[in-house]
Amino acid sequence: MENLNVYAAKMAPQQEFLAGGHRACQGCAELLAVRLVAKTLGHDYIIANATGCLEIVTSSFPHSAWKVPWIHVAFENAAAVASGVEAAVKVLQRKGKYPVDRKITILAQAGDGGTVDIGLQALSGALERGHDMIYICYDNEAYMNTGVQRSSSTPYGATTTTSPSGKVDPLGQHTMKKNIVEIAAAHNVPYVATASPSYPFDLMAKVKKAAETPGPAYIHCFVPCPTGWRMAPNLAVSIGRIAVESKVFPLYEIVDGEYRMTVTHKNHRPVSDYLQPQGRFRHLNEDHIAEIQQQVDKSYERLLKKVKMSSIELD
Amino acid sequence: MAKRVGIEVSLAISEAVKLAQVDAVAAYPITPQTHIVEHLSELVAEGELDAAFIPVESEHSAMSVCAGTSAAGARTYTATSSQGLALMNEILFIIPALRLPIVMTIANRALSGPISIWNDHSDIMSVRDTGWIAIFAENGQEAFDLTLQSFKIAEDHRVLLPISVNIDGFTLSHVIEPHEFLDQEEVNRFLPEYKPAVQLNPDDPVSMGAVGVPEIYAEAKKCQDEVLKGSITVIKEVFAEFAEMFGREYKVVETYQAEGAETLLLTMGSVGETAMEAIDQLRAAGRKVGLVRLRLWRPFPAADLRAAVRGIKTLAVIDRAVSFGGTGGPVAGEVRSALYSVKDAPYVASFITGLGGRDITVDDFIGMANQAEAMAKANEIHEYKMIGVRE
Ligand SMILES: Cc1ncc(C[n+]2csc(CCOP(=O)(O)OP(=O)(O)O)c2C)c(N)n1
Ligand code: SF4
Ligand SMILES: [Mg+2]
Repeated sequence: MENLNVYAAKMAPQQEFLAGGHRACQGCAELLAVRLVAKTLGHDYIIANATGCLEIVTSSFPHSAWKVPWIHVAFENAAAVASGVEAAVKVLQRKGKYPVDRKITILAQAGDGGTVDIGLQALSGALERGHDMIYICYDNEAYMNTGVQRSSSTPYGATTTTSPSGKVDPLGQHTMKKNIVEIAAAHNVPYVATASPSYPFDLMAKVKKAAETPGPAYIHCFVPCPTGWRMAPNLAVSIGRIAVESKVFPLYEIVDGEYRMTVTHKNHRPVSDYLQPQGRFRHLNEDHIAEIQQQVDKSYERLLKKVKMSSIELD
Repeated sequence: MAKRVGIEVSLAISEAVKLAQVDAVAAYPITPQTHIVEHLSELVAEGELDAAFIPVESEHSAMSVCAGTSAAGARTYTATSSQGLALMNEILFIIPALRLPIVMTIANRALSGPISIWNDHSDIMSVRDTGWIAIFAENGQEAFDLTLQSFKIAEDHRVLLPISVNIDGFTLSHVIEPHEFLDQEEVNRFLPEYKPAVQLNPDDPVSMGAVGVPEIYAEAKKCQDEVLKGSITVIKEVFAEFAEMFGREYKVVETYQAEGAETLLLTMGSVGETAMEAIDQLRAAGRKVGLVRLRLWRPFPAADLRAAVRGIKTLAVIDRAVSFGGTGGPVAGEVRSALYSVKDAPYVASFITGLGGRDITVDDFIGMANQAEAMAKANEIHEYKMIGVRE
């Protein structure tokens, strides 16, 4: 199913574990990604969810959109809660005290804020301890739930409510996106990948691989947020594709330290195609855009080098 | 058969946790809690305890991992102190709301700053309103017994709340004392296997930790408080069952030489033992002085306290923490509030002492009894007095 850049909805599993009727905004790619993940993992999994949009829109008591066991404790600790669930299911199954003896997948999920900022320590601890679980970060590049404040995953030049474009300081976000994928990989975990719901089969294949890999797996999922990015809701899927086509968000995986591109394009689009439809970049001038193009090219080159290195056979 | 063992109190607690056959332990080291978790990791490594030992990267994660293990249906234990407890604070509030019966030992230690590794009660007082049951042990035997009883209390389906068993750091945690150990068969008779009421299980999915909209938040909190208050019935039942099976009796409010007393001292934790010596000396000198030892801090045993102090003239409450800018030590504040509407309530003197490892001597207790009686006689209006502090 890899490299299938076509929409072939019939090929996706029919089952749904995220119910409709939740309160996400129109065109929210985060919930689209979650739905695909849920389909892929099927019945036998348990979710530990961080505070954030995803938790708020799916669990307003007495309603719940979750057809699988789900626990939310706090903002920064999804990785730790999932560690506990994983350790408990393992020990209880060994002692014959857990009601289900099939393999249960443990999934931690959080936004970019809950992962790259406040949740980084708990994530690092869980990856380092080697729990058999999947951690998925749904990266919408800001703290959306609290009203679009910057995170360290907000890209250079983007405006948010705490990185505004002002008269004295017109740029918006001053820093480049924290490379959490490299940070995760630096823990020597067996599986790390980037993914996007705009490439549903690539995403589902990665989730499946992550579930089948013993030990920790980290997936960084790019989820356009029309509300926070100030763009039309119907653009969420296409902007995700343009992000890949313009090298802004390359899709690749790192298996046991080896890098591999999973989606490639021959002709890359300029970053302006990606920036232009989004209100959060509207203030940028040509120099800014040229600078972003340079940054994107450079990061992409660096990634390709790693991919190349990985393909060299050493005897 | 029960056997008598001379052992460090921390290790006795670990042995009790082992006898409770916990499924999961997640902890982060902090003095003076370390010996407890070191010994537990050893018991797991040696195969004497079949449990997951999760050596986390912080106390915040320790409590978060415990939330996960407990929600998945594992009997769960942790231990901490001071800064570690403070770092857990956010999650401490969520555990009782999720009704997770985690048992935690707190080796009580002063909070920074200045940083201090020595004993007082500022850590436990800082988490007073988190919704945990809080019990105090005075010696090693009590620590051992109360640890075992805590699992039974917490896991009772009428309770399903977390419990902290408080032991004074160093002055109790690090001393070697004789303990009557129970054997596995005895413990199994007393403590049944943990049966979770709800559990994360794909065959019976539940959502735990949903958003509390304004329409239900207050009801959720009221419910939580009712359950916490109601737990005192189960606590007393478990104490009674333990006494019947093993002959050691526990009460939520303990008294010593209180019969016919006009003045009572009130303590929590291991200083009770020193206070008893002071009472013996005062009694020998013909003074009508006794002692109340508060075993249960949360839920606050107001009715039992009222009964224990009925008819006395003076109550001297000894606090081991400061409520900055407040009207008394935290325990004294609670006691005054519990007695306020009682007709002919005793005069309540509030003393704060023994901060950050400062010794409280027998003479200090005698001094506080004397002062409290004089203050009561003069009906002195005061908020609190700090004892043994250089000014
Ligand atoms: C300890 C703590 N600090 C701050 C918050 C407030 N808060 C809740 S969600 C959130 C932002 C979530 O951002 P992210 O993780 O990126 O998820 P998103 O909502 O964007 O999907 C913040 C700041 C909190 N709940 N807990
Ligand atoms: S704010 Fe963004 S991430 Fe949150 S629900 Fe709306 S579209 Fe989705
Ligand atoms: Mg976000």
